[in-house]
Amino acid sequence: MLKKGDYVEIKITILKPDERAENLPQDTKLVPYEGKVRGYLTFDGEIGKEVEIETPIGRRVKGILLGLAKEYIHNFGEPIRELIDIGKKVKEKYLKE
Amino acid sequence: MGKVEELFKRSSEIMKKSLAGLDYDKFEIKNISFDYDALLNSVPYDIYEISKIQKEFKVGGTPLYELKNINKIVKKLSKPGYGAKILLKDEANNASGSFKARRASLSVFHAKKMGFKGVVAETSGNYGAAVASQAAQMNLKAIIVQEVFDSKWIGQPEILEKGRACEAYGAEVWQMTVGPELFYMTLLILNETGYFNASLYTPYAIKGIETLGYEIALEVKERYGKYPDYVLVTHAGGGNVTGTKRGLILGGAKDTKVIGVSVDLRGLHMASDRDFNRKSFTTGHTGFGVPFMVKPDRTDVPRNAARPLRYIDDYLIVSQGEVFYTTILLAQIEGLERGPAGNTSLAAAIPLARELPEDKIIVVQETEYTGAGKHPFAQLTFAKKMGIEIVKGNPEQNVPGKKIVIPEDVSELRYEKVDLEEIKKSYLKNALKDINEITKEDLKFLKEEINEKDSDFVERYLYEKGVKIYG
Repeated sequence: MLKKGDYVEIKITILKPDERAENLPQDTKLVPYEGKVRGYLTFDGEIGKEVEIETPIGRRVKGILLGLAKEYIHNFGEPIRELIDIGKKVKEKYLKE
Repeated sequence: MGKVEELFKRSSEIMKKSLAGLDYDKFEIKNISFDYDALLNSVPYDIYEISKIQKEFKVGGTPLYELKNINKIVKKLSKPGYGAKILLKDEANNASGSFKARRASLSVFHAKKMGFKGVVAETSGNYGAAVASQAAQMNLKAIIVQEVFDSKWIGQPEILEKGRACEAYGAEVWQMTVGPELFYMTLLILNETGYFNASLYTPYAIKGIETLGYEIALEVKERYGKYPDYVLVTHAGGGNVTGTKRGLILGGAKDTKVIGVSVDLRGLHMASDRDFNRKSFTTGHTGFGVPFMVKPDRTDVPRNAARPLRYIDDYLIVSQGEVFYTTILLAQIEGLERGPAGNTSLAAAIPLARELPEDKIIVVQETEYTGAGKHPFAQLTFAKKMGIEIVKGNPEQNVPGKKIVIPEDVSELRYEKVDLEEIKKSYLKNALKDINEITKEDLKFLKEEINEKDSDFVERYLYEKGVKIYG
Protein backbone atom coordinates (compact mmCIF):
# COMPACT_ATOMS: atom_id res chain seq x y z
CA MET A 1 0.00 0.00 0.00
CA LEU A 2 1.38 3.40 -1.00
CA LYS A 3 0.36 6.56 0.78
CA LYS A 4 -1.35 9.72 -0.40
CA GLY A 5 1.36 12.19 -1.39
CA ASP A 6 3.90 9.50 -2.38
CA TYR A 7 5.72 10.30 -5.65
CA VAL A 8 4.78 7.38 -7.89
CA GLU A 9 4.67 6.11 -11.44
CA ILE A 10 1.49 4.99 -13.22
CA LYS A 11 0.91 3.18 -16.49
CA ILE A 12 -1.87 3.91 -18.95
CA THR A 13 -2.91 1.84 -21.95
CA ILE A 14 -3.85 4.36 -24.61
CA LEU A 15 -4.68 1.94 -27.45
CA LYS A 16 -5.19 -1.82 -27.51
CA PRO A 17 -3.43 -3.69 -30.36
CA ASP A 18 -6.60 -3.72 -32.50
CA GLU A 19 -7.10 0.04 -32.03
CA ARG A 20 -3.62 1.01 -33.24
CA ALA A 21 -2.79 3.07 -36.32
CA GLU A 22 -2.75 1.44 -39.73
CA ASN A 23 0.45 0.77 -41.69
CA LEU A 24 2.45 -0.25 -38.62
CA PRO A 25 5.16 -2.89 -38.87
CA GLN A 26 3.86 -6.27 -37.67
CA ASP A 27 5.95 -6.31 -34.47
CA THR A 28 4.48 -2.99 -33.36
CA LYS A 29 0.92 -3.87 -34.36
CA LEU A 30 0.90 -6.84 -31.96
CA VAL A 31 1.48 -4.80 -28.82
CA PRO A 32 -0.63 -2.12 -27.09
CA TYR A 33 0.25 1.58 -27.15
CA GLU A 34 1.10 2.51 -23.58
CA GLY A 35 2.72 5.25 -21.54
CA LYS A 36 4.03 6.08 -18.10
CA VAL A 37 3.78 9.31 -16.16
CA ARG A 38 4.87 10.36 -12.66
CA GLY A 39 3.17 12.33 -9.93
CA TYR A 40 1.84 12.41 -6.35
CA LEU A 41 -0.83 9.91 -5.21
CA THR A 42 -4.05 11.77 -4.41
CA PHE A 43 -5.29 8.87 -2.17
CA ASP A 44 -3.63 5.79 -0.68
CA GLY A 45 -3.35 3.13 -3.40
CA GLU A 46 -2.27 -0.44 -4.11
CA ILE A 47 0.26 -1.49 -6.72
CA GLY A 48 -1.50 -2.95 -9.75
CA LYS A 49 -4.77 -1.14 -9.01
CA GLU A 50 -6.17 2.00 -10.60
CA VAL A 51 -5.19 5.20 -8.80
CA GLU A 52 -5.20 8.94 -9.41
CA ILE A 53 -2.09 11.12 -9.32
CA GLU A 54 -1.39 14.81 -9.42
CA THR A 55 1.39 15.46 -11.94
CA PRO A 56 4.24 17.92 -11.26
CA ILE A 57 2.21 20.66 -12.99
CA GLY A 58 -0.93 19.89 -10.92
CA ARG A 59 -3.00 17.91 -13.43
CA ARG A 60 -4.95 14.89 -12.25
CA VAL A 61 -4.49 11.66 -14.20
CA LYS A 62 -5.73 8.08 -13.60
CA GLY A 63 -3.82 4.90 -14.33
CA ILE A 64 -2.47 1.62 -12.95
CA LEU A 65 -0.09 2.14 -10.04
CA LEU A 66 3.36 0.70 -10.81
CA GLY A 67 5.05 1.75 -7.56
CA LEU A 68 7.19 4.53 -6.19
CA ALA A 69 8.90 6.51 -8.97
CA LYS A 70 11.99 4.45 -9.75
CA GLU A 71 15.55 5.71 -9.72
CA TYR A 72 17.06 7.03 -12.92
CA ILE A 73 19.11 4.07 -14.10
CA HIS A 74 20.72 5.51 -17.20
CA ASN A 75 24.41 6.17 -16.66
CA PHE A 76 27.66 6.80 -18.50
CA GLY A 77 28.11 3.14 -19.43
CA GLU A 78 31.43 1.33 -19.39
CA PRO A 79 34.62 2.81 -20.83
CA ILE A 80 34.54 1.66 -24.45
CA ARG A 81 37.92 0.20 -25.39
CA GLU A 82 37.54 1.24 -29.03
CA LEU A 83 37.07 4.90 -28.01
CA ILE A 84 39.20 5.68 -24.95
CA ASP A 85 42.56 6.27 -26.64
CA ILE A 86 41.47 8.24 -29.70
CA GLY A 87 43.01 11.49 -28.44
CA LYS A 88 46.26 9.85 -27.38
CA LYS A 89 46.78 8.21 -30.76
CA VAL A 90 45.94 11.36 -32.70
CA LYS A 91 48.29 13.45 -30.54
CA GLU A 92 51.17 11.02 -31.08
CA LYS A 93 50.64 10.89 -34.81
CA TYR A 94 49.68 14.48 -35.71
CA LEU A 95 50.29 16.88 -32.84
CA LYS A 96 53.82 16.11 -31.60
CA GLU A 97 55.42 19.37 -30.40
CA MET B 1 -14.71 4.38 -36.73
CA GLY B 2 -11.88 3.79 -34.25
CA LYS B 3 -11.01 6.29 -31.56
CA VAL B 4 -7.86 7.36 -33.41
CA GLU B 5 -9.81 8.30 -36.55
CA GLU B 6 -12.51 9.96 -34.46
CA LEU B 7 -10.05 12.30 -32.75
CA PHE B 8 -8.18 12.97 -36.01
CA LYS B 9 -11.44 14.21 -37.54
CA ARG B 10 -11.34 17.03 -35.00
CA SER B 11 -7.62 17.64 -35.37
CA SER B 12 -7.83 20.88 -37.40
CA GLU B 13 -10.20 22.41 -34.83
CA ILE B 14 -7.92 21.34 -31.94
CA MET B 15 -4.88 22.65 -33.83
CA LYS B 16 -6.38 26.03 -34.54
CA LYS B 17 -7.24 26.52 -30.86
CA SER B 18 -3.88 25.27 -29.66
CA LEU B 19 -2.00 27.58 -32.02
CA ALA B 20 -3.65 30.77 -30.82
CA GLY B 21 -5.98 30.93 -33.83
CA LEU B 22 -3.22 30.53 -36.42
CA ASP B 23 -5.44 29.54 -39.33
CA TYR B 24 -3.50 27.45 -41.83
CA ASP B 25 -6.49 27.38 -44.18
CA LYS B 26 -5.98 30.99 -45.12
CA PHE B 27 -2.53 30.19 -46.54
CA GLU B 28 -3.82 27.40 -48.76
CA ILE B 29 -3.83 27.95 -52.53
CA LYS B 30 -5.61 25.69 -55.02
CA ASN B 31 -4.57 22.81 -55.67
CA ILE B 32 -1.47 21.70 -53.84
CA SER B 33 0.19 25.01 -52.99
CA PHE B 34 0.24 27.23 -49.97
CA ASP B 35 1.78 30.62 -49.29
CA TYR B 36 4.89 29.62 -47.36
CA ASP B 37 6.24 33.16 -47.00
CA ALA B 38 2.92 34.43 -45.65
CA LEU B 39 2.85 31.60 -43.09
CA LEU B 40 6.36 32.49 -41.87
CA ASN B 41 5.59 36.21 -41.96
CA SER B 42 2.54 35.63 -39.75
CA VAL B 43 4.96 35.55 -36.81
CA PRO B 44 4.66 39.02 -35.29
CA TYR B 45 8.33 39.37 -34.25
CA ASP B 46 11.33 40.39 -36.35
CA ILE B 47 14.90 39.12 -35.93
CA TYR B 48 15.85 41.93 -33.52
CA GLU B 49 12.83 41.29 -31.29
CA ILE B 50 13.49 37.55 -31.39
CA SER B 51 17.15 38.08 -30.37
CA LYS B 52 16.01 40.32 -27.51
CA ILE B 53 13.43 37.79 -26.28
CA GLN B 54 16.00 35.00 -26.46
CA LYS B 55 18.62 37.00 -24.59
CA GLU B 56 16.11 37.68 -21.83
CA PHE B 57 15.49 33.93 -21.44
CA LYS B 58 19.15 32.80 -21.53
CA VAL B 59 19.32 31.82 -25.20
CA GLY B 60 21.69 32.82 -28.00
CA GLY B 61 24.98 34.68 -28.13
CA THR B 62 26.82 31.35 -27.89
CA PRO B 63 30.60 31.20 -28.42
CA LEU B 64 32.09 30.48 -31.84
CA TYR B 65 35.38 28.61 -31.52
CA GLU B 66 38.15 27.91 -33.96
CA LEU B 67 39.00 24.20 -33.55
CA LYS B 68 42.75 24.72 -33.60
CA ASN B 69 43.98 21.16 -33.05
CA ILE B 70 41.44 19.64 -35.40
CA ASN B 71 42.38 22.26 -38.00
CA LYS B 72 46.08 21.39 -37.60
CA ILE B 73 45.28 17.75 -38.34
CA VAL B 74 43.10 18.70 -41.30
CA LYS B 75 46.02 20.69 -42.74
CA LYS B 76 48.39 17.75 -42.27
CA LEU B 77 45.98 15.43 -44.05
CA SER B 78 45.35 17.78 -46.98
CA LYS B 79 47.41 18.45 -50.09
CA PRO B 80 49.32 21.77 -50.18
CA GLY B 81 47.03 24.80 -50.29
CA TYR B 82 44.09 22.78 -49.01
CA GLY B 83 42.43 22.25 -45.61
CA ALA B 84 39.59 24.64 -44.79
CA LYS B 85 39.25 26.21 -41.35
CA ILE B 86 36.57 24.64 -39.11
CA LEU B 87 34.70 26.78 -36.57
CA LEU B 88 32.25 25.42 -34.01
CA LYS B 89 29.19 27.24 -32.65
CA ASP B 90 28.91 25.97 -29.09
CA GLU B 91 25.14 25.82 -28.76
CA ALA B 92 25.41 23.65 -25.63
CA ASN B 93 25.71 26.97 -23.81
CA ASN B 94 22.04 27.83 -24.27
CA ALA B 95 19.71 27.35 -21.29
CA SER B 96 18.85 23.58 -21.33
CA GLY B 97 21.99 22.76 -23.31
CA SER B 98 21.15 22.77 -27.01
CA PHE B 99 20.14 24.94 -29.96
CA LYS B 100 16.57 23.72 -29.38
CA ALA B 101 16.25 26.48 -26.78
CA ARG B 102 16.07 28.89 -29.72
CA ARG B 103 13.03 27.07 -31.13
CA ALA B 104 11.38 26.74 -27.76
CA SER B 105 11.92 30.31 -26.56
CA LEU B 106 9.81 31.98 -29.20
CA SER B 107 7.00 29.40 -29.03
CA VAL B 108 6.76 29.57 -25.28
CA PHE B 109 7.03 33.38 -25.28
CA HIS B 110 4.19 33.59 -27.78
CA ALA B 111 2.07 31.14 -25.79
CA LYS B 112 2.55 33.28 -22.68
CA LYS B 113 1.72 36.46 -24.55
CA MET B 114 -1.46 34.93 -25.97
CA GLY B 115 -2.63 33.99 -22.47
CA PHE B 116 -2.12 30.22 -22.53
CA LYS B 117 -1.63 28.46 -19.18
CA GLY B 118 0.71 25.85 -20.55
CA VAL B 119 2.52 24.33 -23.52
CA VAL B 120 2.64 20.82 -24.98
CA ALA B 121 5.48 19.40 -27.07
CA GLU B 122 5.79 16.03 -28.76
CA THR B 123 9.51 15.18 -28.85
CA SER B 124 12.04 12.60 -27.71
CA GLY B 125 14.86 15.04 -28.32
CA ASN B 126 16.56 18.01 -26.70
CA TYR B 127 13.50 20.06 -27.60
CA GLY B 128 11.61 18.68 -24.58
CA ALA B 129 14.12 20.05 -22.09
CA ALA B 130 14.22 23.29 -24.06
CA VAL B 131 10.45 23.76 -23.84
CA ALA B 132 10.44 22.76 -20.17
CA SER B 133 13.28 25.17 -19.38
CA GLN B 134 11.64 28.09 -21.18
CA ALA B 135 8.26 27.33 -19.61
CA ALA B 136 9.88 27.20 -16.18
CA GLN B 137 11.24 30.73 -16.68
CA MET B 138 8.01 32.15 -18.07
CA ASN B 139 5.86 30.50 -15.40
CA LEU B 140 3.91 28.29 -17.78
CA LYS B 141 3.10 24.61 -17.31
CA ALA B 142 4.85 22.19 -19.66
CA ILE B 143 3.80 18.72 -20.83
CA ILE B 144 6.32 16.75 -22.85
CA VAL B 145 5.25 13.64 -24.75
CA GLN B 146 8.13 11.33 -25.64
CA GLU B 147 8.60 8.05 -27.49
CA VAL B 148 10.81 6.20 -24.99
CA PHE B 149 10.24 2.47 -24.59
CA ASP B 150 9.85 -0.68 -26.61
CA SER B 151 7.02 -3.02 -25.54
CA LYS B 152 9.31 -4.57 -22.88
CA TRP B 153 9.76 -1.12 -21.29
CA ILE B 154 13.38 -0.94 -22.36
CA GLY B 155 14.52 2.56 -23.26
CA GLN B 156 17.52 4.11 -24.97
CA PRO B 157 19.82 5.81 -22.43
CA GLU B 158 19.87 8.94 -24.58
CA ILE B 159 16.08 9.35 -24.43
CA LEU B 160 15.88 8.38 -20.75
CA GLU B 161 18.26 11.25 -20.03
CA LYS B 162 16.16 13.67 -22.05
CA GLY B 163 13.10 12.63 -20.01
CA ARG B 164 14.99 13.15 -16.77
CA ALA B 165 16.01 16.62 -17.92
CA CYS B 166 12.37 17.55 -18.65
CA GLU B 167 11.42 16.41 -15.15
CA ALA B 168 14.33 18.40 -13.71
CA TYR B 169 12.80 21.54 -15.25
CA GLY B 170 9.45 20.71 -13.64
CA ALA B 171 7.51 19.32 -16.60
CA GLU B 172 4.87 16.58 -16.72
CA VAL B 173 6.52 13.90 -18.84
CA TRP B 174 4.68 11.17 -20.77
CA GLN B 175 7.01 8.31 -21.64
CA MET B 176 5.30 6.37 -24.40
CA THR B 177 5.99 3.09 -26.16
CA VAL B 178 7.06 2.97 -29.83
CA GLY B 179 4.63 4.19 -32.43
CA PRO B 180 3.45 7.05 -34.62
CA GLU B 181 0.49 7.36 -32.23
CA LEU B 182 2.64 9.86 -30.35
CA PHE B 183 0.72 12.43 -32.36
CA TYR B 184 -2.60 10.95 -31.22
CA MET B 185 -1.43 11.18 -27.61
CA THR B 186 -0.41 14.81 -28.13
CA LEU B 187 -3.77 15.66 -29.66
CA LEU B 188 -5.54 14.01 -26.71
CA ILE B 189 -3.56 16.16 -24.29
CA LEU B 190 -4.02 19.37 -26.32
CA ASN B 191 -7.74 18.70 -26.45
CA GLU B 192 -7.93 17.99 -22.73
CA THR B 193 -5.79 20.90 -21.51
CA GLY B 194 -6.32 23.69 -24.06
CA TYR B 195 -2.58 24.38 -23.82
CA PHE B 196 -0.45 25.86 -26.63
CA ASN B 197 0.93 23.42 -29.21
CA ALA B 198 4.66 24.15 -29.00
CA SER B 199 5.27 21.92 -32.01
CA LEU B 200 8.74 21.82 -33.55
CA TYR B 201 7.19 22.68 -36.89
CA THR B 202 5.23 25.90 -36.35
CA PRO B 203 6.52 29.16 -37.83
CA TYR B 204 7.50 30.22 -34.27
CA ALA B 205 9.80 27.22 -33.88
CA ILE B 206 11.50 28.03 -37.19
CA LYS B 207 11.80 31.80 -36.69
CA GLY B 208 13.44 31.04 -33.36
CA ILE B 209 16.36 29.36 -35.17
CA GLU B 210 16.97 32.26 -37.54
CA THR B 211 19.04 33.98 -34.86
CA LEU B 212 21.54 31.10 -35.05
CA GLY B 213 22.26 31.65 -38.76
CA TYR B 214 22.19 35.40 -38.21
CA GLU B 215 24.76 35.28 -35.38
CA ILE B 216 27.05 33.05 -37.47
CA ALA B 217 26.90 35.39 -40.48
CA LEU B 218 27.71 38.51 -38.46
CA GLU B 219 30.35 37.00 -36.22
CA VAL B 220 32.31 35.29 -39.01
CA LYS B 221 32.16 38.48 -41.12
CA GLU B 222 33.46 40.54 -38.24
CA ARG B 223 36.30 38.17 -37.33
CA TYR B 224 37.42 36.94 -40.74
CA GLY B 225 36.30 39.75 -43.03
CA LYS B 226 33.99 37.47 -45.02
CA TYR B 227 30.96 35.27 -44.61
CA PRO B 228 31.45 31.54 -44.04
CA ASP B 229 31.65 29.43 -47.19
CA TYR B 230 29.83 26.47 -45.69
CA VAL B 231 27.61 25.93 -42.67
CA LEU B 232 27.15 22.30 -41.68
CA VAL B 233 23.89 21.46 -39.96
CA THR B 234 22.91 18.22 -38.25
CA HIS B 235 19.72 17.35 -40.12
CA ALA B 236 16.66 15.53 -38.78
CA GLY B 237 13.18 17.08 -39.08
CA GLY B 238 14.45 19.96 -41.21
CA GLY B 239 13.94 22.91 -38.86
CA ASN B 240 17.63 23.45 -38.25
CA VAL B 241 18.50 23.58 -41.96
CA THR B 242 15.52 25.86 -42.68
CA GLY B 243 15.99 28.32 -39.84
CA THR B 244 19.78 28.49 -40.13
CA LYS B 245 19.73 29.26 -43.87
CA ARG B 246 16.99 31.87 -43.41
CA GLY B 247 19.06 33.50 -40.65
CA LEU B 248 22.23 33.47 -42.77
CA ILE B 249 20.37 35.27 -45.54
CA LEU B 250 19.03 37.83 -43.04
CA GLY B 251 22.61 38.38 -41.90
CA GLY B 252 23.74 39.04 -45.47
CA ALA B 253 25.40 35.64 -46.07
CA LYS B 254 23.40 34.90 -49.21
CA ASP B 255 26.05 32.76 -50.89
CA THR B 256 26.93 30.61 -47.89
CA LYS B 257 26.17 26.97 -48.65
CA VAL B 258 24.10 25.10 -46.10
CA ILE B 259 24.92 21.41 -45.94
CA GLY B 260 22.73 18.98 -44.01
CA VAL B 261 24.38 16.00 -42.33
CA SER B 262 22.64 12.92 -40.91
CA VAL B 263 23.74 9.71 -39.26
CA ASP B 264 23.14 6.66 -41.42
CA LEU B 265 20.30 4.54 -40.05
CA ARG B 266 19.07 3.30 -43.40
CA GLY B 267 17.40 -0.07 -43.19
CA LEU B 268 15.97 0.39 -39.70
CA HIS B 269 12.21 0.97 -39.50
CA MET B 270 11.34 3.98 -37.35
CA ALA B 271 8.01 2.55 -36.18
CA SER B 272 9.32 -0.93 -35.43
CA ASP B 273 9.19 -2.13 -31.83
CA ARG B 274 12.25 -4.29 -32.48
CA ASP B 275 14.38 -1.81 -34.45
CA PHE B 276 13.68 0.99 -31.97
CA ASN B 277 16.44 -0.01 -29.57
CA ARG B 278 18.88 -1.03 -32.26
CA LYS B 279 19.52 2.57 -33.18
CA SER B 280 22.42 4.15 -31.35
CA PHE B 281 21.29 7.63 -32.33
CA THR B 282 17.83 8.93 -31.54
CA THR B 283 18.00 12.10 -33.64
CA GLY B 284 19.99 13.70 -36.44
CA HIS B 285 19.61 10.50 -38.47
CA THR B 286 18.35 9.46 -41.88
CA GLY B 287 15.17 7.98 -40.34
CA PHE B 288 13.97 11.57 -39.92
CA GLY B 289 16.23 13.34 -42.40
CA VAL B 290 14.99 11.66 -45.57
CA PRO B 291 11.23 11.32 -44.86
CA PHE B 292 10.93 14.94 -43.73
CA MET B 293 12.58 16.18 -46.93
CA VAL B 294 10.45 14.14 -49.30
CA LYS B 295 7.20 14.71 -47.39
CA PRO B 296 7.51 17.70 -45.04
CA ASP B 297 3.85 17.88 -44.07
CA ARG B 298 3.96 14.61 -42.13
CA THR B 299 3.96 16.51 -38.82
CA ASP B 300 1.79 17.57 -35.93
CA VAL B 301 0.71 20.82 -37.65
CA PRO B 302 -1.28 21.21 -40.90
CA ARG B 303 1.67 22.71 -42.80
CA ASN B 304 5.26 22.25 -41.76
CA ALA B 305 7.21 25.50 -41.52
CA ALA B 306 10.44 23.46 -41.73
CA ARG B 307 10.98 22.84 -45.44
CA PRO B 308 14.60 21.73 -45.83
CA LEU B 309 14.55 21.14 -49.59
CA ARG B 310 13.95 24.88 -50.08
CA TYR B 311 17.23 25.64 -48.33
CA ILE B 312 19.63 22.70 -48.39
CA ASP B 313 22.58 22.89 -50.82
CA ASP B 314 23.98 19.40 -50.19
CA TYR B 315 23.14 16.41 -48.02
CA LEU B 316 25.85 14.22 -46.48
CA ILE B 317 25.62 11.00 -44.48
CA VAL B 318 28.08 9.70 -41.89
CA SER B 319 28.09 6.48 -39.86
CA GLN B 320 27.36 6.10 -36.14
CA GLY B 321 30.94 4.98 -35.42
CA GLU B 322 32.35 8.09 -37.10
CA VAL B 323 30.23 10.40 -34.98
CA PHE B 324 31.24 8.59 -31.77
CA TYR B 325 34.90 8.83 -32.86
CA THR B 326 34.54 12.56 -33.53
CA THR B 327 32.79 13.12 -30.19
CA ILE B 328 35.72 11.62 -28.28
CA LEU B 329 38.18 13.47 -30.53
CA LEU B 330 36.49 16.80 -29.70
CA ALA B 331 36.79 16.05 -25.98
CA GLN B 332 40.35 14.74 -26.03
CA ILE B 333 42.06 17.23 -28.35
CA GLU B 334 39.80 20.31 -28.15
CA GLY B 335 38.75 20.00 -24.51
CA LEU B 336 35.03 20.14 -25.30
CA GLU B 337 32.96 17.23 -24.02
CA ARG B 338 29.66 17.47 -25.88
CA GLY B 339 26.80 15.13 -26.75
CA PRO B 340 27.12 12.85 -29.78
CA ALA B 341 24.05 13.84 -31.81
CA GLY B 342 25.18 17.47 -32.14
CA ASN B 343 28.57 16.32 -33.41
CA THR B 344 27.09 14.63 -36.47
CA SER B 345 27.96 17.58 -38.69
CA LEU B 346 31.45 17.86 -37.18
CA ALA B 347 32.13 14.27 -38.28
CA ALA B 348 31.45 15.31 -41.89
CA ALA B 349 33.24 18.67 -41.56
CA ILE B 350 36.65 17.02 -41.06
CA PRO B 351 36.76 15.06 -44.35
CA LEU B 352 35.04 17.93 -46.19
CA ALA B 353 37.63 20.46 -44.95
CA ARG B 354 40.42 18.29 -46.39
CA GLU B 355 38.99 18.70 -49.91
CA LEU B 356 38.56 22.48 -49.74
CA PRO B 357 41.13 25.26 -50.30
CA GLU B 358 42.72 26.61 -47.12
CA ASP B 359 41.03 30.02 -47.37
CA LYS B 360 37.55 28.50 -47.03
CA ILE B 361 35.63 28.63 -43.75
CA ILE B 362 33.32 25.88 -42.52
CA VAL B 363 31.05 26.51 -39.54
CA VAL B 364 29.70 23.52 -37.64
CA GLN B 365 26.69 25.22 -36.16
CA GLU B 366 25.69 23.12 -33.21
CA THR B 367 26.80 21.26 -30.12
CA GLU B 368 24.56 19.77 -27.41
CA TYR B 369 25.16 19.09 -23.72
CA THR B 370 26.45 15.71 -22.67
CA GLY B 371 25.75 13.69 -19.54
CA ALA B 372 24.64 10.28 -18.31
CA GLY B 373 22.91 8.53 -21.22
CA LYS B 374 23.83 11.19 -23.77
CA HIS B 375 27.36 9.94 -24.14
CA PRO B 376 29.13 7.58 -26.58
CA PHE B 377 30.04 5.19 -23.74
CA ALA B 378 26.41 4.98 -22.57
CA GLN B 379 25.05 4.53 -26.09
CA LEU B 380 27.61 1.87 -26.99
CA THR B 381 27.25 -0.03 -23.70
CA PHE B 382 23.54 -0.20 -24.47
CA ALA B 383 24.19 -1.18 -28.10
CA LYS B 384 26.33 -4.12 -26.93
CA LYS B 385 23.47 -5.29 -24.66
CA MET B 386 21.15 -5.18 -27.66
CA GLY B 387 23.51 -7.53 -29.52
CA ILE B 388 25.17 -4.94 -31.74
CA GLU B 389 28.78 -5.59 -32.64
CA ILE B 390 31.32 -2.85 -31.89
CA VAL B 391 34.62 -3.09 -33.78
CA LYS B 392 37.50 -0.93 -34.95
CA GLY B 393 38.07 -0.65 -38.64
CA ASN B 394 36.95 0.94 -41.86
CA PRO B 395 33.71 2.95 -41.37
CA GLU B 396 32.44 1.63 -44.69
CA GLN B 397 31.85 -1.72 -42.94
CA ASN B 398 29.19 -0.12 -40.73
CA VAL B 399 25.74 -1.81 -40.80
CA PRO B 400 22.97 0.15 -39.00
CA GLY B 401 21.40 -1.95 -36.24
CA LYS B 402 24.05 -4.71 -36.55
CA LYS B 403 27.57 -3.37 -36.52
CA ILE B 404 29.15 -0.10 -35.40
CA VAL B 405 32.64 0.46 -36.77
CA ILE B 406 34.93 2.93 -34.99
CA PRO B 407 37.61 4.34 -37.33
CA GLU B 408 41.23 3.49 -36.49
CA ASP B 409 42.45 6.95 -37.46
CA VAL B 410 41.09 10.43 -38.12
CA SER B 411 42.14 10.07 -41.78
CA GLU B 412 39.48 7.37 -42.20
CA LEU B 413 36.58 9.75 -41.53
CA ARG B 414 34.54 10.16 -44.71
CA TYR B 415 31.07 11.08 -45.80
CA GLU B 416 28.63 9.85 -48.36
CA LYS B 417 26.95 12.40 -50.57
CA VAL B 418 23.24 11.83 -51.09
CA ASP B 419 21.87 12.44 -54.58
CA LEU B 420 19.60 15.43 -53.95
CA GLU B 421 18.04 15.05 -57.39
CA GLU B 422 16.61 11.70 -56.31
CA ILE B 423 15.30 13.28 -53.09
CA LYS B 424 13.70 16.09 -55.11
CA LYS B 425 12.04 13.55 -57.40
CA SER B 426 10.67 11.70 -54.36
CA TYR B 427 9.33 14.99 -53.05
CA LEU B 428 7.57 15.65 -56.35
CA LYS B 429 6.21 12.10 -56.44
CA ASN B 430 4.65 12.59 -53.00
CA ALA B 431 3.34 16.07 -53.74
CA LEU B 432 1.75 14.92 -57.01
CA LYS B 433 0.25 11.66 -55.75
CA ASP B 434 -3.03 11.03 -57.64
CA ILE B 435 -2.74 14.40 -59.44
CA ASN B 436 -2.89 14.75 -63.24
CA GLU B 437 -3.27 18.51 -63.60
CA ILE B 438 -1.77 21.44 -61.71
CA THR B 439 -2.05 25.21 -61.93
CA LYS B 440 0.69 27.70 -62.84
CA GLU B 441 0.66 28.72 -59.19
CA ASP B 442 1.33 25.07 -58.25
CA LEU B 443 4.25 24.98 -60.67
CA LYS B 444 5.78 28.07 -59.06
CA PHE B 445 5.23 26.52 -55.62
CA LEU B 446 6.87 23.22 -56.57
CA LYS B 447 9.87 25.04 -58.02
CA GLU B 448 10.29 26.94 -54.77
CA GLU B 449 9.73 23.82 -52.68
CA ILE B 450 12.70 21.99 -54.18
CA ASN B 451 14.83 25.09 -54.86
CA GLU B 452 14.78 24.70 -58.65
CA LYS B 453 13.44 28.14 -59.51
CA ASP B 454 15.89 28.79 -62.35
CA SER B 455 15.89 25.35 -63.97
CA ASP B 456 13.37 23.23 -65.83
CA PHE B 457 13.75 20.33 -63.37
CA VAL B 458 10.07 20.43 -62.35
CA GLU B 459 8.79 20.89 -65.92
CA ARG B 460 10.82 17.90 -67.08
CA TYR B 461 9.46 15.78 -64.25
CA LEU B 462 5.87 16.82 -65.01
CA TYR B 463 6.36 16.03 -68.69
CA GLU B 464 7.79 12.58 -67.90
CA LYS B 465 4.86 11.77 -65.60
CA GLY B 466 2.24 13.23 -67.94
CA VAL B 467 1.05 15.88 -65.47
CA LYS B 468 -0.57 18.85 -67.29
CA ILE B 469 -0.40 22.53 -66.36
CA TYR B 470 -3.58 24.56 -66.83
CA GLY B 471 -4.70 28.12 -66.11
